[in-house]
Amino acid sequence: MLSIKNLRASIEGKEILKGINLEVRAGEVHAIMGPNGTGKSTLASVIVGRDIFVIEEGEILFKGKNLIGMPVEERANEGIFLGFQYPVEIPGVSMTNFMRTAINEQRKYRGLDPMPAQEFLNSMEEKKRLLEIHAKLANRSVNEGFSGGEKKKNEIFQMAMLNPELAILDETDSGLDIDALKIVAHGVNTLRRPDNAFIVITHYQRLLEYIVPDFVHVLFDGRIVRSGGKELAFELEDKGYEWIKEAQV
Amino acid sequence: MDETNIQSNTAEKLQAFFKKNKGVLTSGDPPYLVQLRNQAFAQFNERGFPHTRLEKWRNTDLSRILDHDFHFPLKPSPLDVDLDEVFRCEVPDFNTRLIPQMNGWFMGSGEKLPNGVIISSMAEAIKKYPELIEKHFGHYADIKNENLTALNTAFFRDGVFIYVPDNIRMEQPVQMVDLVNSGRTIFIQVRNLIVLGKNSSMSLVQCDDSIDNNVGFNNTVTEVYMDENSTLDHYKLQNKNNESALTNSTYFHLEKGANLSTNAISLNGGLIRNETQVRLNGSNSHADVLGLYLMDHEQHIDNQVFIDHAVPHCTSNELFKGILDDHASGVFNGHILVRPDAQQTNAYQNNKNILISDKAVIDTKPFLEIYADDVKCSHGATVGQLDEDARFYLQSRGIGRDNAQMLLMYAFAADIVDKIAIPQLRNRIDDLVKKRLRGELSSCEQCVLHCNSKEQKVAFEIDMSRI
Repeated sequence: MLSIKNLRASIEGKEILKGINLEVRAGEVHAIMGPNGTGKSTLASVIVGRDIFVIEEGEILFKGKNLIGMPVEERANEGIFLGFQYPVEIPGVSMTNFMRTAINEQRKYRGLDPMPAQEFLNSMEEKKRLLEIHAKLANRSVNEGFSGGEKKKNEIFQMAMLNPELAILDETDSGLDIDALKIVAHGVNTLRRPDNAFIVITHYQRLLEYIVPDFVHVLFDGRIVRSGGKELAFELEDKGYEWIKEAQV
Repeated sequence: MDETNIQSNTAEKLQAFFKKNKGVLTSGDPPYLVQLRNQAFAQFNERGFPHTRLEKWRNTDLSRILDHDFHFPLKPSPLDVDLDEVFRCEVPDFNTRLIPQMNGWFMGSGEKLPNGVIISSMAEAIKKYPELIEKHFGHYADIKNENLTALNTAFFRDGVFIYVPDNIRMEQPVQMVDLVNSGRTIFIQVRNLIVLGKNSSMSLVQCDDSIDNNVGFNNTVTEVYMDENSTLDHYKLQNKNNESALTNSTYFHLEKGANLSTNAISLNGGLIRNETQVRLNGSNSHADVLGLYLMDHEQHIDNQVFIDHAVPHCTSNELFKGILDDHASGVFNGHILVRPDAQQTNAYQNNKNILISDKAVIDTKPFLEIYADDVKCSHGATVGQLDEDARFYLQSRGIGRDNAQMLLMYAFAADIVDKIAIPQLRNRIDDLVKKRLRGELSSCEQCVLHCNSKEQKVAFEIDMSRI
């Protein structure tokens, strides 16, 4: 589904990603771990097309299509979703309006008619229940006045509404208490299917107790320095990142 | 002689015109009004039109618009339009009491309603209601410092007079629609007076539209007197052609406990200047002064707001938001004066701007003049571009770049539109703002009325309706 080869990317002349290789197939959950500032969020941003980063080398293929140079919205319409580490507040744009616009734009891209209003409302209600969101979203502006936990739940809610093929969750667990973490994990697990895939970026092993990955990768200084099964996460938990750092020296 | 041509040296021509036509201009005026006209004329004669060397006019240059061969009508011009057609209201459920004005002239028939409310032509009111007029006319408008107000006072021919007696609450919104349509280059002086009695209330929508593409200069002065505990919900809607100039001076005078909300929505116009002065003259009076401007091409918008906190325990709240594209230019000047006695004043002012192109400019200046010590005043001004993080967020969900930009601009404007208290009007303005942001609003599209076409639901490529 996603194939990244020798990806090098920089921002303002500073190289952040120094040759990433990653293969993600349908049905898989990949965890990307690593200390702060090693390029985890940059990798997520580059995949979804944030233009502040410059791709120096390498390729990113999604379902065989080259993502480099593809507009952000087109990547989304192709089925890529990013759960933001820091979701943006957009005063004046209601959640309902936002979701309806996004869904219909994606449907249009796929040659479908807009979603009928009732179907849309039913879907909203269903996904709100899944994420245990109690707020009325119709009159609430996107993320405005949401607590940290609400914002993260809102990301997974949007993912559930948009039903992407590849979801990248960037530190979705940060700032969540254990109850919210369980709700978020339950949401993700419910949405796991043989034909979709997840990349879960996290600093801590805790999230992976609830979202069990098929593969764990350790990103350090812009490279994936270690890959393994879910047991790698436990090893990191035991030994800490110092162990990786020392192994690199 | 009905009218005269005024060559490019418009001020001198006007001065000559006044002397020549003084008899016609003052015919039927009571002595106090003749005197007021003479005073106003003397002021204008001495100083002429405002120019860019004056601090308040530094960024608004009238010289280009004044450089025209104006006609100055002394009578309503013969109509070549079907009034019923032009003023046909097609907005569903928006049942207003309509006051049509053509080139400033009151086109309806004056009336006194059973509850004592008077809606009349200004010229007629001067004759029919001399006491009411004398008590208020010219008492709030400033001819000493405002040259355009002096000009208007000397030269005005007509306008609208509205009187709401004590304790009368008008349920039906009143809508003044002033169309400029002459087939030629005209300069008009429109004079309105609104008097609200104690405990009365009214919603007033004041629309300025063009229905042709001729050069026009509309210099309107409106005085509003609000007696104790009266409430006014006031809207100015401006959709003028790019060749037109509109200078709109509104003077509000609030007595004890009066509550004003005034909202200026400027959608199109070659040059628009709104001078809004509010005198909080009685304790516990409150004014919300709001504005939204969406300008592009070479359009120019200037909002001047002066809030005079003359007595203690009053509050005022100003919020102006604008989006400027292409070579459009804007000015916001917010002056709050807190006089020495006006303790416990609470005054808030904010002006937020988005510049879409790097050629668009805004000059925003807060000016707080505070002589009392127990007051809360704050001001803020921002000039920025659309939030790139927000746009990226929207795009990352599949929303195209242009639509994302549209959503963000709309959201920015919604802050003001959402404050419109009349639901049907709010929906209508909402539609107009959407159309405007999409570049689909023509200046012939009137504010709440619809010329020549059936009301159509605004279809967006993206659906921005709220469900």
